[in-house]
Amino acid sequence: MGKILEINGPLVKLELPETVLGEQVRVGRLGLVGEVIGRDGNTALAQLYEDTAGLRPGEEATGLGWPLSVELGPGLLGAIFDGVQRPLEAVWQQSGDRMARGVAVPSLPRDKRWHFVPDPHRRAGTALAGGDVLGTVQETESILHRILTPPLIHGELLELAPEGDYTIEEILGRVRKFDDTIEKLHLFHRWPVRTPRPFRKRDHAIAPLITGQRILDTFYPLLKGGKAAIPGPFGAGKTMLQQQIARWCNAEIVIYVGCGERGNELTDVLEFMPELKDPHTGRPLMERTLLVANTSNMPVVAREASVYVGITLAEYFRDQGLDVVMVADSTSRWAEALREVAGRLGQMPVEEGYPAYLGSRLAAFYERAGRVETMAGHHGSVTLIGAVSPPGGDFSEPVTSHTKEIIQTFWALSKELADARHYPSVDWLESFSGYIGSAAKWWAENVDPNWERERAEALDLLSASEELQRIVNLVGVEALSSEQRWTLEAAGLIKEGLLQQSAIDEIDSFASPEKQYALLSGLLEIFRQGMKLVKLGAPARRLIQMPLLSQARRWKSQHTSEDIAALKAKIAQIPGEFEKLMLEYEQTA
Amino acid sequence: MKNIEFRTATSAQGGLIVMGGVPGVAAGSRVQLRDHAGRLRSGLVIRSADDAVLVEVFEGTDELDLERTWVRFLDEPFKLPVSRDILGRIFNGAGLPRDGRPPIISADRRDVNGEPLNPAARAYPREFIQTGISAIDGMNSLTRGQKLPIFSGGGLPHNRVAAQIVRQAKLLGEAASEFVVVFAAFGASHADARFFEESFEESGVLNKVVMFLNLADEPVIERLLTPRAALTAAEYLAFDLDYHVLVVMTDMTAYAEALREVAVLRGDVPARKGYPGYLYSDLAEIYERAGRIKNRRGSITMIPVLSMPSDDITHPIPDLTGYITEGQIVLGRELSNQGVYPPVTVLPSLSRLMKDGVGKNFTREDHPHVASQLFASYAKALEVRGLAAIIGAEELSDADRRYLEFANAFEHKFIGQGEDEDRSVFETLNLAWDLLSMLPADALIRVSEEELAKYHKGQATVAAA
Repeated sequence: MGKILEINGPLVKLELPETVLGEQVRVGRLGLVGEVIGRDGNTALAQLYEDTAGLRPGEEATGLGWPLSVELGPGLLGAIFDGVQRPLEAVWQQSGDRMARGVAVPSLPRDKRWHFVPDPHRRAGTALAGGDVLGTVQETESILHRILTPPLIHGELLELAPEGDYTIEEILGRVRKFDDTIEKLHLFHRWPVRTPRPFRKRDHAIAPLITGQRILDTFYPLLKGGKAAIPGPFGAGKTMLQQQIARWCNAEIVIYVGCGERGNELTDVLEFMPELKDPHTGRPLMERTLLVANTSNMPVVAREASVYVGITLAEYFRDQGLDVVMVADSTSRWAEALREVAGRLGQMPVEEGYPAYLGSRLAAFYERAGRVETMAGHHGSVTLIGAVSPPGGDFSEPVTSHTKEIIQTFWALSKELADARHYPSVDWLESFSGYIGSAAKWWAENVDPNWERERAEALDLLSASEELQRIVNLVGVEALSSEQRWTLEAAGLIKEGLLQQSAIDEIDSFASPEKQYALLSGLLEIFRQGMKLVKLGAPARRLIQMPLLSQARRWKSQHTSEDIAALKAKIAQIPGEFEKLMLEYEQTA
Repeated sequence: MKNIEFRTATSAQGGLIVMGGVPGVAAGSRVQLRDHAGRLRSGLVIRSADDAVLVEVFEGTDELDLERTWVRFLDEPFKLPVSRDILGRIFNGAGLPRDGRPPIISADRRDVNGEPLNPAARAYPREFIQTGISAIDGMNSLTRGQKLPIFSGGGLPHNRVAAQIVRQAKLLGEAASEFVVVFAAFGASHADARFFEESFEESGVLNKVVMFLNLADEPVIERLLTPRAALTAAEYLAFDLDYHVLVVMTDMTAYAEALREVAVLRGDVPARKGYPGYLYSDLAEIYERAGRIKNRRGSITMIPVLSMPSDDITHPIPDLTGYITEGQIVLGRELSNQGVYPPVTVLPSLSRLMKDGVGKNFTREDHPHVASQLFASYAKALEVRGLAAIIGAEELSDADRRYLEFANAFEHKFIGQGEDEDRSVFETLNLAWDLLSMLPADALIRVSEEELAKYHKGQATVAAA
């Protein structure tokens, strides 16, 4: 038992001998929770997850004996938690519209019974290793929840409950560990969030994460198990893009961490997710989604914890052999929380007030992504997508520049594109993907062998047009040759007919890989056919007036992903259109 | 403890005073100071330890000494008494009357810091508010429960725009404004405050307005309290009395500067431009108090006014604000100089909640597409204008020349309107189609073909012209 010595914002100095760094503490009459971040003699420094107003020196403080941990078990999916895994719906029921302090509500429902089916291989007397699957619970219609042995428990299984309905606190089984102590098993276990969960080994990422967004999938692909960042100034459409990914991506579990972001955005997600169907299973999206919400007006220390809570939940589902996507919006707010605490600790600031360990913390966090072979021998992955909110849209600021060194896929959002309402405003010149090779293999096997070549051609066209645009801006379009004018026009066609994608248009919102490729090759076909004509001397001015061009710009919102045949039929007619023009041109010439 | 006066100040400097030997003082507690002349000041405990308590004094530490300063710890946070009677009243930044009328007496006193709303309790804003201003309704529409700041600069008519919104804002199909208004001014000039007061008076809403004023020559630290007091009143009106509350706050830049001033005195590590690292969290505590709550009738819609230092939108204050608020209305000097009122620069303006509050069941089915088309066409038109400035308008192609005409018409007829002109959203949309009809139909790919057939009055292609 200890006591409070000093209160300074979210930091509290305690007299608490023998406490361990990282230990959870409960402080004051209100019972506020926090964690120890420093020791000096008999005093300990703790950061609290809740507002400290009203605390007094002299009030008592107790160490709880464990680090910040999350509860992992059935009941997670469809839930919304705060930054330290308090279930917000249950907190709402209990304490009303406002976040009351010191509320203790268990993360997972205690009274709900789950139907457990034991794994037939698990028999009394057999060896049991950490991460082994004990059995399953059909948590939602689309997700079969594998009940895992806590990672650090190894020994002999003494007994396991038969098929039946259990609450998460009922004893499910017993293990005799190698040191002869007996450990009880439950449907859930706890894991400390700042420690990555163990796995057997890392695997190569092989399949792209399909998001249905053309600029992402076709141009800057991300692999399942990869790391990506979305930097963008405010108003560039970062949130929209992330919601689109959460909505359409072909992962089995999506974890959306709202870290220091807007309350209404989370409400938006909460309200629209249950109405939407998972495009891959047809089930409500909420069944595969889990939200961690620490909005910008909630206490800053819990914000720092929230990304770790999110990634630990992601790792837990990965360990069940699932593909998980975690979206962290925004890692800048997390970094700022780090900076705020560092500032109060009086640590020496390096860049823009950030502590020197910003880069290493960020790197360690992103390294928790990956495709792995789990302890039980399954394959699972965590794909990590971090939003970055650079102040003033300046990508050279510390959080963006450190992140850029760590991740493999960089989806740079541009304010200029967003201002012209070109969405998604992913800048095709600034973005990059380090996964092209692996993605190309997948596209070649699953969609079309020419994907890599067509993609490169489209990108060449876009960058050539950028050069030409500069000339036009200086001397006007008349200064361009016919070939150059056609290049410019075709690039415009790619931008409007392929890169721009409307999140609110029902048909355009999601494009399957097949549709993406059909549009890509169709639009390039127009470019090539036209170029052939231009090289024969046809004036670009004439080509630009072809009705085909404005028709092609509408293809994306006319054909659903199921209706590729009709789109392909239109594409097949392209050469004919140009031949007609050719004949006309030959006659007049 | 409330009744004991301590005279144990050990140091005082720039708004902060340190008290020695007062054990067990609650963090965040309110403090009353009595100086050598018997004047009362108020303050707040910002750091508390048994041997030293750091107190922030709202009225500043000028003319304080250590020997004759008596301090009383009131043992509770700053609270605002609330009752129905606050409507029609004018308070200072700390919630005391400044209209010469008696203070509000109420047993219901609320902590001005509020408590964060549980995200699970929020209801998503969806009801379209018609402001009667085309640039807002047509392209950046406001919804009930949204926070939509006006980004402006010195000398621009942001106050007039804000006052026009207050006068005209209503839900579609509603005869008159149903809003009550909470108006907070911090660091504003006396002239600005009077402008709003007169504007409220003229439109006859004065008895539906609560004002919190901390003017430019009044204590800086009190500015940190002003928006909090105002929002406490707003929350009471919205969620206890079921009113729809429109909160107008001006000027957020003065607030952030006050925060920086205090942070420097406290010795906080500065982040960008000397602003403390917690500027984002602090602003969020204010802005996030807007919104709607499930199962409650009232709402808080927030229009903060913010002057961008040297018109720089990347300055930390507009920058961080933009990350928290649901969009922004940006006023531009160039349009203003051309005599366009309201000088809304539409391209950097944005309303994030527009997508869910306009369209088929809310305004008109073509609204989202028209808005998107106006943005795209105007962006293109500005490119053309840039080109014309270099090569001359005569060198432009026919198609480009039409864009030039479109840009001028758009700025003067669509954005520009009278200060008393209250356009319905349908008038705005029809006007938009008049302008879009200046462009050939095949250049308008953001609107559907059916909408073109229904509303477009111009030629199909450039060639047809």
